Amino acid sequence: MKYLDEYRDSATIKAISDKIFGIAAKDWKIMEVCGGQTHTILKYSLEELLPQKITLIHGPGCPVCVTPVEMLDKAVYLSGLKDVILVSYGDMLRVPGTFTDLLSCKANGSDIRMLYSPLQAIKIAKENKNKKVIFFGVGFETTAPANALSIIMAKKENLKNFYMLCSHVTIPSAIELLLSNKSTAIQGLLLPGHVCTVMGYEEYYPLLEKYKVPAVVTGFEPGDILSGIYLLIKQLEEGTCKIENQYKRTVHKDGNRHAKAIIDEIYVRGDQIWRGIGNINNSGLKINEKYSEFDAEIAFGLGEININEKIGLKYNNKILDESTLCIAGEVLQGISKPIDCPAFASCCTPEYPLGAPMVSSEGACAAYYMYVKKKYC
Amino acid sequence: MCLAIPGKIISKEEKDNILMAKVSFGGAIREVCMDLVPEANIGNYVIVHVGYALNIIDEDEAEKTLEIFDELLSYS
Repeated sequence: MKYLDEYRDSATIKAISDKIFGIAAKDWKIMEVCGGQTHTILKYSLEELLPQKITLIHGPGCPVCVTPVEMLDKAVYLSGLKDVILVSYGDMLRVPGTFTDLLSCKANGSDIRMLYSPLQAIKIAKENKNKKVIFFGVGFETTAPANALSIIMAKKENLKNFYMLCSHVTIPSAIELLLSNKSTAIQGLLLPGHVCTVMGYEEYYPLLEKYKVPAVVTGFEPGDILSGIYLLIKQLEEGTCKIENQYKRTVHKDGNRHAKAIIDEIYVRGDQIWRGIGNINNSGLKINEKYSEFDAEIAFGLGEININEKIGLKYNNKILDESTLCIAGEVLQGISKPIDCPAFASCCTPEYPLGAPMVSSEGACAAYYMYVKKKYC
Repeated sequence: MCLAIPGKIISKEEKDNILMAKVSFGGAIREVCMDLVPEANIGNYVIVHVGYALNIIDEDEAEKTLEIFDELLSYS
């Protein structure tokens, strides 16, 4: 496929690897922020093409992994209400909530439907006017505009049965938290290429100023990632500190102005809990007051209900085992690797995940399980 | 969730007040919403995420990246 295959050429990848070996003199710790980049690194064994002096730390860029457990529980609760169709991206269906997951609820009779695009949520709402269609809208800045457009479409079509359960997270504040953690001591960043396709990368300049950490906006193919690492190591070795753009074929410095305008129109920024990490100030997006008629949390009065009490009764208050065994929070912050977890590939597998990073297609634990399990277990 | 792939716009139309396009992903044609990139034309490549085009792929920049790759290969 054009604009994919060329960036996967093995001879090119080897040549970039040789260049990195040629310039890396000191030890460096760099973070790839996006889970999609983590998957590429593991799928193509890119760490084996790097000198041992370079340590890659996997970042928290997996929106499914960081969706707070409270939002999962709200989705579980809403899916059990009469005349509700809950629609969701596929990955969210298997993420464990406090008591259960959405796929189990579906198996038990709730009308929960998987979608790959918010366009399908609107279609389902139009075709089921006698039902309340709730779209579980999660994601980073990459997905936020598409999710927001579903609200704009619902308003245009005058749909009275469409709602969004909104749980969006934004990258810059999370990166600041990680950079301020002296124990991980991140020295360079590979910035998420598709988040930057939407938002541009101007908002990262203050972070660079404050923490003196160079950054390269990087794509997702193996050639992109190795090029991004090469540019970053070159900066570190030379002592420069700037933002470079390796992914120029889709990323512009100021991003996509239509997408940014839609984000500003529909959402309001605020504090947000990241699962496994805790609250990060100014790192979330919620539906603003102007569009509150589409906000499922308001329409269904979720602020006034003790969700866990309501759904706990149904599941005999049996809480899932996550808290004692799962180290998702440490994995997401780059403090530990999935193979450091005693539950990895033993009682925590993609079939029976204890935490979200083992479920998601962008989760580090799922990536290790899929590509490197044989090496470590 | 941030997975996006490149595809080529084959046709464009307005459907139910939404700007849509038929986009070819290596021969597999899917309908994609163009509301975020209304200026894209037939023949442009776009990067697509959850059924929405996020940006036009800059073919000159794509070419430059590949030229850098070729340079690396010729020195290796």
